[in-house]
Amino acid sequence: MDSRRSTRGDDLPLERFVRSEKGSDPEPPLLTTPPRRRGAVAETVRTVWLVMRANPLTLLGFLVVVVMVVTALVVGLTPILTHLLLGHSLSATPYPVNSFSTSDASQGPSPRHWMGTDSIGTDIFSQVLAALPLDLVIAFSVAGIALVAGGTLGIIAGYFDTPGTLGGAGATIILRVTDVFLAFPSLVLALAVAASLGRGTEAAVIALLVTWWPYYVRLARGEVLAVRHLPYITAARAAGVTDGTILGRHVLRNILEPLVVYYTLDVGTVLVTFSTISYVGIGVPFGVPEWGNMIEQYAGYLATLPWTVVGPGLAVFVTVLGFSLLGDGLRDILDPRSRRILSQGPAVDSTSAAPIAAPAAGEKA
Amino acid sequence: MGRNLTDLGLFVGKRLLQLIPVLIGAITITFVLTHLNISDPCSYWVPKAKRAQLDACISTFGTNQPLTTQFLHYLQTLATGNWGIDPLDHQPVWPQIMLALPQTLELVFAALFLMIVIGIPLGVIAANSNGRLADHLVRVFYLSGWAAPTYLFALLLAVVVAPAVGLPYSGAFTTLNPPFPQYTHVSVLDAALSGSPAYLWDAFAHLILPAVSLAFINMGIATRMTRASMLEVLPLDFVKTARMKGLSEFWVLYKHALRNSLITTVTVLGVTAGGLLSSTVVIEEVFNWPGIGRYSYQAITGYNFPGTIAVVVVFAVGVVVANLVADILYGVLDPRVEWR
Repeated sequence: MDSRRSTRGDDLPLERFVRSEKGSDPEPPLLTTPPRRRGAVAETVRTVWLVMRANPLTLLGFLVVVVMVVTALVVGLTPILTHLLLGHSLSATPYPVNSFSTSDASQGPSPRHWMGTDSIGTDIFSQVLAALPLDLVIAFSVAGIALVAGGTLGIIAGYFDTPGTLGGAGATIILRVTDVFLAFPSLVLALAVAASLGRGTEAAVIALLVTWWPYYVRLARGEVLAVRHLPYITAARAAGVTDGTILGRHVLRNILEPLVVYYTLDVGTVLVTFSTISYVGIGVPFGVPEWGNMIEQYAGYLATLPWTVVGPGLAVFVTVLGFSLLGDGLRDILDPRSRRILSQGPAVDSTSAAPIAAPAAGEKA
Repeated sequence: MGRNLTDLGLFVGKRLLQLIPVLIGAITITFVLTHLNISDPCSYWVPKAKRAQLDACISTFGTNQPLTTQFLHYLQTLATGNWGIDPLDHQPVWPQIMLALPQTLELVFAALFLMIVIGIPLGVIAANSNGRLADHLVRVFYLSGWAAPTYLFALLLAVVVAPAVGLPYSGAFTTLNPPFPQYTHVSVLDAALSGSPAYLWDAFAHLILPAVSLAFINMGIATRMTRASMLEVLPLDFVKTARMKGLSEFWVLYKHALRNSLITTVTVLGVTAGGLLSSTVVIEEVFNWPGIGRYSYQAITGYNFPGTIAVVVVFAVGVVVANLVADILYGVLDPRVEWR
């Protein structure tokens, strides 16, 4: 907080300097991205909205993610809130997760049981709902921790890589260790770690964390190397801004976009991998509602009670597809050409390749 | 630095030298992570054993020694070329892996073939109809592969699709009796060597479903890259010229445009090796395919530490070599690249 406040004074003249330099530049401002100003958030929101409008699939993915997150919040918070307000917990699932009734056993999907019931009459839809908060929290947090940890290491490795200095040595160590982790398929290592730690939710999360950070190191480093020698960074350094402030204020803000977009895609990947670890039988403990766990438990019924497997399978599929559609669409914002076209509105040169995000109407050459 | 064979040799040599620290790191990390929390693996290896059996196990594998001693001992045996023995069935680890490796390579290359013949044309179609229905459908298709849990897709193929279309879904090379002789442990090749069309069809039929699931799950990368690079090439003048001189749309797209956008796709396919190898772990287990993925699944879940470490090393070598091949191909395809 302190450093942030103390540099606030430096910031304005610096920005003016960068902007005036940009103005005197005869070439179009391709390289000099000025540091973000106050309206940056609104601008980003507007670009995101334009991309969503241009590609209905991105909007669809966004809606799926929103629905899943809201449902997870409702399912996860209802017992806690009702306990606080009413004194006893209520569940948001239509049927209790651990209840069974022989009269309802082995039923197919019906208005009463949306995803059918298993061989002892437990409602599949209730289990799928109950698993949603756990799966989403783990997916968001594992990818989030990997983003922060890997991103930090990548920024350090990218910014301080002058050979012969302490930072250069640190960068070399970070990159060599990352190379090792990048060389082995993450699922294999995650399975090995999870098996070693024994069956448990924490074990599966640790296993994912151990294997998940390296790609972020490479991504963040690449982005830092791309912006490190841009004039506004040089200008900041010439103005006497410290390395920490340059990293936090100027570098981080300009490399955040690709990291966040990759994160969106990655949440889905973590979810699939986490459920795979559970499916293999070394993830969450038996009986805990989790999609991979359910599929493992019911895999033997695939031929006789297929809905017991299709229910949780569909849940994984739809959730991950939502994150993938959103992330894949957001990734298109990164293409400077498509962003430029979008920010100019729907009037698109019909022959230009507006990668992916070209408005659905009127692009045919 | 340039583009002659000496430079290429130096480039490959340098990259292979870089493999050494990666392997040492992979061995160390896997050893530590697998041993860290298992203080008494003998209780897993000989369940319900008598005291004497347990003691025999502990003294054979030295599991009561400190971790550092065990690690040094492991490195010493490794230095003699011995990858240790499987504590469960007391078989040496390395020959088993070398028997399983060709089967996995067969599966991976079959999947790569499918990714190329299906994924790349899909990318071309998507780029050519950018923003329209076909583009959206292709995107949903390849992201579905990304979103489908490997185990579920493989299970559905094995249990639902296989009986419906009459394909075998279990076991690698054949269900025919007597089986054809295994020379190379690449089942299609062995079947072809046996000279009998029945064997060849049988081996091929066993390969289809595992290869399809492996390819579908990793399809997105090929399609997405082709689409992106096609979008860059399509508005260029030479494509317009080709259209103007009246070439058919097919010829314009697949000969002129695709040829110039393949470079990135080919390179990226090399990077998918890690994903393909990861997916084999679950797919081979579901389809009962006797490859290295299934071996690693069983080694990991059976606490077969030497097996796990050896498998991780093989996977790491596979990833590094695939990346190297991709880099070499990149240089071959793009004459501006110098070997460095």
